[in-house]
Amino acid sequence: MTRLLYYPGCSMSGTARGYASSLAAVAGPLGLDLHEVPDWNCCGASEYFSIGPLQGYALIARNLALAEREEGLDRTVVAPCSQCFVNLAKTARYLHTDPAFAGRVNDALAAGGLSCTPGAVDVRHLFEVIVHDVGMDTIRARVTHPLRGLRVAPYLGCLVTRPDSGERWREKEHPHAFDQMLEALGAEVVDYPPRTDCCGGHLSQISPSMGLEMLRRLLDAAARLDVDVIATLCPMCQMNVDLYQSEVNRRFRTRYHVPILFFTQLLGLAFGADAAALGIGSEVVSARAALAKIGVEVPEPEAPEPVAAGARPRKPRPGRGPELPMPRMPDPEEAEE
Amino acid sequence: MAGGNGVTAQAVDHAFLAEVMASVPGDSRLGQCIQCGTCGGSCPSAADMDHTPRRLFAMVRAGMRAEVLGSNTPWMCVSCYYCAVRCPQEVHIPDVMYGLKSIAAREGRSPESAAPDFSRTFISNIVRYGRSYEVGLVARHYLRHFPTRIPGMAPAGIGMLASRRMVLRPHRIRDLRGLRAILGRAAELESGR
Amino acid sequence: MSAGQDGERIGVYVCHCGSNIAGKVDVAAVRDWAAERLGSHGVVLARDNKFMCSSTGQELIEQDIRELGLTRVVVAACSPHMHEKTFRAACARAGLNPYLCELVSIREQVSWVHSDQAAATAKAKAVVAGGVYRVAEHAPLEPIRVAINPTTLVVGGGIAGITTALELADAGFPVHLVEREPSIGGHMAQFDKTFPTLDCAACILTPKMNEVGTHPNITLHTWSEVTNVSGYVGSFQVTIRHRARYVNADLCTGCGICQEKCVERVVDEAYEAGLGYRKGIYMPFPQAIPKVPVLDREHCVYFEKGTCKACEKFCPTGAIDFTQEDDEVTVEVGNIVVATGFRLFDPRRVEPYGYGRLPNVFTSLEFERMSNAAGPTGGRIVLRDGVTEPRAVGIVHCVGSRDRNYNEYCSAICCMQSLKFAHLVREHTDADVYEFYIDIRAPGKAFDEFYQRVLEEGTVFVRGRVAEVTDALRFPDEAEHDGRLIVQVEDTLAGVQRRVPVDMVVLSAALEPPKDAYDVARRFGLSCSSEGWVIERHPKLDPVATMTEGIFAAGCALGPRDIPSSVANGAAASARILGRIYQGEMLLEPVRATVDEARCSGCKVCNDLCPYNAITFRADAGVSAVSPALCQGCGTCIAACPAGAMTGTGFSDDQVMAQIEGLLSASLAAPPAPVEVPTPEAVPA
Repeated sequence: MTRLLYYPGCSMSGTARGYASSLAAVAGPLGLDLHEVPDWNCCGASEYFSIGPLQGYALIARNLALAEREEGLDRTVVAPCSQCFVNLAKTARYLHTDPAFAGRVNDALAAGGLSCTPGAVDVRHLFEVIVHDVGMDTIRARVTHPLRGLRVAPYLGCLVTRPDSGERWREKEHPHAFDQMLEALGAEVVDYPPRTDCCGGHLSQISPSMGLEMLRRLLDAAARLDVDVIATLCPMCQMNVDLYQSEVNRRFRTRYHVPILFFTQLLGLAFGADAAALGIGSEVVSARAALAKIGVEVPEPEAPEPVAAGARPRKPRPGRGPELPMPRMPDPEEAEE
Repeated sequence: MAGGNGVTAQAVDHAFLAEVMASVPGDSRLGQCIQCGTCGGSCPSAADMDHTPRRLFAMVRAGMRAEVLGSNTPWMCVSCYYCAVRCPQEVHIPDVMYGLKSIAAREGRSPESAAPDFSRTFISNIVRYGRSYEVGLVARHYLRHFPTRIPGMAPAGIGMLASRRMVLRPHRIRDLRGLRAILGRAAELESGR
Repeated sequence: MSAGQDGERIGVYVCHCGSNIAGKVDVAAVRDWAAERLGSHGVVLARDNKFMCSSTGQELIEQDIRELGLTRVVVAACSPHMHEKTFRAACARAGLNPYLCELVSIREQVSWVHSDQAAATAKAKAVVAGGVYRVAEHAPLEPIRVAINPTTLVVGGGIAGITTALELADAGFPVHLVEREPSIGGHMAQFDKTFPTLDCAACILTPKMNEVGTHPNITLHTWSEVTNVSGYVGSFQVTIRHRARYVNADLCTGCGICQEKCVERVVDEAYEAGLGYRKGIYMPFPQAIPKVPVLDREHCVYFEKGTCKACEKFCPTGAIDFTQEDDEVTVEVGNIVVATGFRLFDPRRVEPYGYGRLPNVFTSLEFERMSNAAGPTGGRIVLRDGVTEPRAVGIVHCVGSRDRNYNEYCSAICCMQSLKFAHLVREHTDADVYEFYIDIRAPGKAFDEFYQRVLEEGTVFVRGRVAEVTDALRFPDEAEHDGRLIVQVEDTLAGVQRRVPVDMVVLSAALEPPKDAYDVARRFGLSCSSEGWVIERHPKLDPVATMTEGIFAAGCALGPRDIPSSVANGAAASARILGRIYQGEMLLEPVRATVDEARCSGCKVCNDLCPYNAITFRADAGVSAVSPALCQGCGTCIAACPAGAMTGTGFSDDQVMAQIEGLLSASLAAPPAPVEVPTPEAVPA
């Protein structure tokens, strides 16, 4: 078991309740022993920096200070939310690289009887820990109910592979780790072009013209590829795509019906867990019909859902004669940095 | 003051660039921007900005304080970091945007946008509870800024409440007093006290 | 060890260097102080002059030597890199051994780096005192004379190396030209047209290649690499490894039947830049020199499975020889020219541009091959399907250049190359052409005129660094562009984001040093920059010499440059070498390390540390030995030797200790001036 500090973030007990329950279900099989940082506070999302940057950093640093005090654990803080991850990681980086900044933050923390040691904790995203530390072999070994026949769009969102992921990801814009994980679960994975695009974050709430447009782009790409579900690793992405899908449909006169599930929910299904125990069924855009395709029953039957709108996937054009060779893609091992 | 409609000779005010750079931890490298437009080309929300990020940075360097602080560009930034990972000069663009927003907010020069108010409501909940409080945030925000969106959103909202994805009672952290002391001290430091 | 005891008569000369020194150092005070305070150390006179390097300054020294009988000279001026030779020559003209002159720097290390005048003046005095104490310990030295072998080694058979080889060979001297690929020609052989005059690259290059191939003074080693270099200027021993060709060059007529009959078809990553195919046995292109194919044993059915030998069966002269093995030859040369060229930046590294993922994104070298009439498409500009002509082409500048994520430098040739591409697209197709650029850099002869011409031809210029290239549609009204590429960019002159639909994207990728640039540098004892480009002896005044005597560099080995510059470099290197060959011998600085064999324990610590490969271990005597011509007098071995067996001529322990003593005595005697110490970066508490 890998013992790690765990910073859930506010969404895990709210909009991302399904993420929390599915993580609880798969942590054991994946060998993760997560210890919640005691009395953690909100990371401020992207709002605190906009009003008072130093207050925003001090707010985040309080969590790092609390984490640092925990004894007997690996000094790695794992965050399941991309926004929390970026905020914690960025604060840790600035504490480490800007001594004057660290001094000001510690001045503020001292008012609450806390302090931060630059470099004391390492902040990582849950998904990255599972991909790199747990590894595909372990995941594959736990699969008892492969998701065969489920067409999935791997949607990482903007923050997990950048910018505070250090050198953990070689590919920052077209990472393949999510595809590999979903393939290990037996799912059919599509090449989803906006895989690392932004869901619009808080724009859905403050500027619907652009916020809903950014969601439309994500839904349009998914519908074109005729996917059954989008897989995500971020509560904000999940909430935006799920909760605002009906508003997108009203605004753009579309008929998208694309459910979005957390990757931990898909891991849980493949490991044989019960859909209800994984929080499946609480999504606004129901995944019921999609999962019925692979024989998973979601409780609380609802009215049948309309089929997904949008274009069918493009078929590869047949070779017709003197094709020029494609550049060879290097294997990860032989690729240079 | 020179009169007429002509352009009067005026040295560039470098103080504004320095002020913006000082609002960002570390070295934002904003002074090294070469105006290539990678940020403006990458930005997913550029269409609704009144200036592209690149142009806004040129305006910062030109000392156009009032125009920059009145721009909606920083408030339309979604912090997706596409610009940051692609910028050939490694300018810390999202953090510069946060710095610009905080200067504008402090001076009450925010543009016509629901964004500053959203941020204020969000953080007032943090100060009150130590955690975000979605029901309170959404209710207040929509009532004030988007009352017409409420009917359309209501079914989904009720579903969220039913599945406990929205919780009516906020969660409160234990050491709220300590958190407020930290935020208070940070606010003091920020205002130069 | 106080100086002056032996009755030395030392003259001190303090230079103003205009205001370069005098602006920060009180020159008169240094002069007076030296005359008064260093008299006990042999100083008999001290003078100052506005420019010591001027003829009046030099004459002053000569006159004083003749008339006042100076036996030692100290000049306090600029760095010895600049004028050491000048003042030594002045002393020699007046009959004083030039090595009895010491030049101490009060410009680079004093006036240019301090802001406080009092502190700078105090430091200048200390530096002068160090020079005076030291020069008293000097002994007359004679330069080392080495004979120059008139044969030259040229490494790299691109246009720079070809130029050097031909210049030297035409002057009547032998050349060994080593090339790693099966043929000489380099990157230039891949191009169709050359900017800005649009000469056909093959038309101007292949005559030169033929000359190399037939020149009686040139020995060509293709499919070969230099594996070892020893010796020193005038007499290097170079080992060249010939990779087995499996073709007997004496019997081969270059008829090409083997290539035709070979059943293996391989993507040609070298000459065709990955855009075309070659056979397992192949000549990279019809004009290859030498006109002898190579058999690539990695892609040979016989070597893989033990049967086939189609080439052997059909060869009319019996030239195929499967038993050939790599062999090595050692050649003796007097000088070496490194012209190892560049490699293209791998644009897969810029993920948003989609190279390798999106079929119709091409590299600049792929486009060169495509536009070449002898290339894989016969000069037709088509998409990756091999047939469809593009309706619009986007050319992206600065891919991997001017970017802190990849290379910070400008690759110099890409703007002009991109303009050439635009012209070629317009010439060959009806496509619209977009140039996406940050700055158009066209400073060469007739370059900007070419830019004007491309503008007139209707190419659309969009000023903005491309953010991404995608095949994903974003808006419903983009449906008509399904299957095409979209270039997303900020049009910075209009201040708006644009999505420009095109069918083909060409990435003008950066030039990078060859993959093994550091190994090459180590093998030849060269310094290279952090990127891997060879460092010149002086970037302006000695642009083709390296820090190692007898080894020159030319072309893109020194950094990105165009064909005219590469040719100029190649010719310049040959001129430098011809001068030496005509002299027959050259004089080397006698500042060298020597081994005290009685104290050497044979531990070999110095052998690996020497950056010039000048130290070898003599197994017979059990001691290390320094090659005086190879040694550059850097002192690394002297510092490293645990037994103190290494000493430096001109840098003996006595001399160095005396200089330190002088520096310290003056600093201690100086008034407590606020000596400036650069503040290190703030350390975290």
